[in-house]
Amino acid sequence: MRIGVITFPGSLDDRDAARAVRLAGAEPVALWHGDRDLRGVDAVILPGGFSYGDYLRCGAIARFAPVMGELVPAAGSGLPVLGICNGFQILCEAHLLPGALTRNAGLRFVTRDVRLRVENTATAWTRAYRPGARITVPLKSGEGAYVADAATLAGLQSGGQVVLRYDDGNPNGSLGEIAGVCNAEGNVVGVMPHPEHAVSELTGPSADGLGFFASAFGLVRS
Amino acid sequence: MRGDGEVGGGPEASGEALPFAELGLTEAEYARIAGILGRRPTGAELALYSVMWSEHCSYKSSKVHLRQLAAKAPPSAALLAGIGHNAGVVDIGQGYAVTFKIESHNHPSYVEPYQGAATGVGGIVRDILAMGARPVAVMDALRFGPASAPDTGRVLPGVVGGISFYGNCLGLPNIGGELDFDPCYAGNPLVNALCVGVMRHQDLQVAVADGPGNAVILFGSATGPDGVGGASVLASAAFGTSESAGTVGQAGEGGPGTGEAAAKRPSVQVGDPFLEKLLVECCLELYAAGLVVGIQDLGAAGVACATTELAAAGTGGMRVRLDAVPLRDSSLGPPEILMSESQERMMAVVEPGRVAAFLDVCAKWEIRAAVIGEVTDTGRLVMTWHGETVVDIPPGSAADGPVYDRPAARGPDQDALAGDDPAALPRPADGEALRAAVLALIGSPGLADKSWVTDQYDRYVRGDTVLAMPEDGGLLRVDEETGLGIALATDGNGRYCRLDPYLGTQLVLSEAYRNVAVTGARPLAVTNCLNFGSPEDPAVMWQFAEAVRGLADGCAALGVPVTGGNVSFYNQTGTSAVHPTPVVGVLGVHDDVRLRVGIGFGIGFGGADEAARASIVLLGETEAELGGSAWAHVLHDHLGGRPPAPRLAAERRLGGLLAEAAADRLLAAAHDLSDGGLAVALAESCLRGGVGCSVRLPGDPFTWLFSESAARAIVAVRPGAEEAFGSLLARHDVPGQAIGVVGGDDLVVAGCFSIPVAELAAAHRATLPALFG
Repeated sequence: MRIGVITFPGSLDDRDAARAVRLAGAEPVALWHGDRDLRGVDAVILPGGFSYGDYLRCGAIARFAPVMGELVPAAGSGLPVLGICNGFQILCEAHLLPGALTRNAGLRFVTRDVRLRVENTATAWTRAYRPGARITVPLKSGEGAYVADAATLAGLQSGGQVVLRYDDGNPNGSLGEIAGVCNAEGNVVGVMPHPEHAVSELTGPSADGLGFFASAFGLVRS
Repeated sequence: MRGDGEVGGGPEASGEALPFAELGLTEAEYARIAGILGRRPTGAELALYSVMWSEHCSYKSSKVHLRQLAAKAPPSAALLAGIGHNAGVVDIGQGYAVTFKIESHNHPSYVEPYQGAATGVGGIVRDILAMGARPVAVMDALRFGPASAPDTGRVLPGVVGGISFYGNCLGLPNIGGELDFDPCYAGNPLVNALCVGVMRHQDLQVAVADGPGNAVILFGSATGPDGVGGASVLASAAFGTSESAGTVGQAGEGGPGTGEAAAKRPSVQVGDPFLEKLLVECCLELYAAGLVVGIQDLGAAGVACATTELAAAGTGGMRVRLDAVPLRDSSLGPPEILMSESQERMMAVVEPGRVAAFLDVCAKWEIRAAVIGEVTDTGRLVMTWHGETVVDIPPGSAADGPVYDRPAARGPDQDALAGDDPAALPRPADGEALRAAVLALIGSPGLADKSWVTDQYDRYVRGDTVLAMPEDGGLLRVDEETGLGIALATDGNGRYCRLDPYLGTQLVLSEAYRNVAVTGARPLAVTNCLNFGSPEDPAVMWQFAEAVRGLADGCAALGVPVTGGNVSFYNQTGTSAVHPTPVVGVLGVHDDVRLRVGIGFGIGFGGADEAARASIVLLGETEAELGGSAWAHVLHDHLGGRPPAPRLAAERRLGGLLAEAAADRLLAAAHDLSDGGLAVALAESCLRGGVGCSVRLPGDPFTWLFSESAARAIVAVRPGAEEAFGSLLARHDVPGQAIGVVGGDDLVVAGCFSIPVAELAAAHRATLPALFG
């Protein structure tokens, strides 16, 4: 099982995503933004960070990276793709996921261990969780407020595309307390909190985040 | 060259007065430059000398004192590179080396808080990068005017926002620091940033231009007009003085009537952390490929500093084409190019055959790079501008600079201060008053919960952060297999140092040392950022001399060498200097971060159930020492008397005990006692773990609760480990007395008061959000 982690200029949590993949038992594969090549991986993670310094708009430049030219059709063909934080923003900019991430309601960067409710356990990245599971994972973002128009929100709700919700207060003003969504097929998931920073109690608030990486691992193995 | 002894010529050869005073040079310094050159300096040379000989770059007033830091340094097998390098390098074992340094960005942060603080982070990160290390974390020590002052509402959010912006975008966890408030910092906040980096021993890089014919490459950001004269105009002069703040080529840019801070704004640099992130990755790839002979970061004094220091430390000569420097503003001339402090730039010396490979790596990271010159063996630093020689100097003369032994005299108010003993202050009369004092202390801005600040920083990125604020020290994992790690803490205390700079500095050093020790790490090395007023004031110079002497003697006694540091003078408003505020950073090595010890009661990593029943032992000796204490400051707005006595030998024994107790898994928690004494330490440990405790004090409750005697800590001993811990106490000769147990929902001091943890939390957490939104 090989899971690719894309490094864009300004990606920061690529190393951490690779570690989480390894801890889940899979093999991390480094992918480079400038290569039109997914190196035959079984799944792809777009990690957190500030690709292109968040210039113009978070994720707006990274979506045009050569590697995205390969990723978008592969995602359409069912490749499991997880976007974390800036990766989520890139997936929205690339129209692989609906909605957008905007400036936090408090206008300040927020680092906080947030409690989350796993709403959809049928996706490629959340199959390892029980329905309704509560997990504690770090959130760290300045533009993490999820927004979408009313029709999109209603569609997400009815289609079961809300993957994660904030369960203990809304840290950034996200509509519907939405912390993560997926596409209709459930193979593309975007989350604002960082499961790769909750893989061990030594360096995070819990090991609750490992389930994301174990889900993809289990999916491909089975 | 136009002729014997003359470079440049043109208008500069006319008898026209050169603007040396506006560049911060004295008449004597100007005469000395002319003497070195044997002629009238060109405008470019004058610009170069003015920034290199600025207080900020040359350490001209501090050098005579700083020498004792090396002279008195204890022998240390751990030191791979010491003072004088971009940053000191320490061997932490298993083939790893660590480099760390703290620097000030005080004046820029007052003028333009956001960019000032942001570029302070950027600058110190490049210092660490230039040593060959990967930067892995930052910390910041911040001091502002009164928390409720309107200007603090401008400066603090800006500074915190700038650090957040730059550090987060750069991908470095912020693992701790300090936040304090005092009226003396109202017109001159202190913004000190620390960076730590990790490398393998063989990765160590040097800042030398060796090998005639080797190329000199400037890479990173293009050079613009930002920060021109930052070192000489901004960092080496006090605010509120009458001198004009003009900068070369930018006179009048502040506009009329915009005030002094506005007039200096062009001297503040603007940061681009995205570019710095690329620069970090690019440099590390260049090092790994062996493409670099020597490297230097561009910070204060920009191209002037990098070229002179590289040349002076290497073969001795360099030829530079200033017109090859990539510019953001084509109107810049040689003086501005030399003085510009545009951020995110580095300079490398590269063998000619490797230039192409070097440029390829830069291209991969989309980093602009230009060959701007080559190393020579002429002993001269020669710079040309479109073919015309505009600089021709012996580089050592600019790199070394003048040395001043300035007059120092104990300030006339020191005796009165020392005589104003806090013993005369009214004390809490009963349990209810003691209770109120505890709540007042933990809700005071300097001791209140700092989440408003630290929640704006990413502490998780890189995935190796084991402990961060509000723990006593930051703790990072270095090796995932072995658990090897490093602990870091910074401390400062302007109030102690105002009362007695010698003792105060030793107390500050002791606290940083202790903060590292409580995590279970062994302290190894020291860095420092010395924030003082004007060195031209003999009373300030006395404070400085005493502080450096105290630091040198303290480090000798604790067995930890100073590996580097930074001096920031001219921290004053008009004639009123800030408290002498040396900020000391201590680095320790942790053999296995899985055995870390945190401050929180009831957490006990790896055994929460038993931690909830741990017994609390107070380590060290408690005397009635309240001079400069948080109690006197918060409850009485009082500063007087003598600071607590440093107990360096006891500090060292305590450190040894804590490391062994952590390694033997005897402790569920440990917290150092400092500001606010036992009362604040107990409250913080309860708050961190969300669990109460019950203690009985051995003597006068007021003294035991609020005294700030040094070399003390509280520990929570795991149930069943009491006997083993007792024998460790005896072996390390550390006094300890069991004062209570962890548990319950209240902080209970028998016979005095009880405070629900929820009430403590409310008082602790409300303060900063109420002040800053």
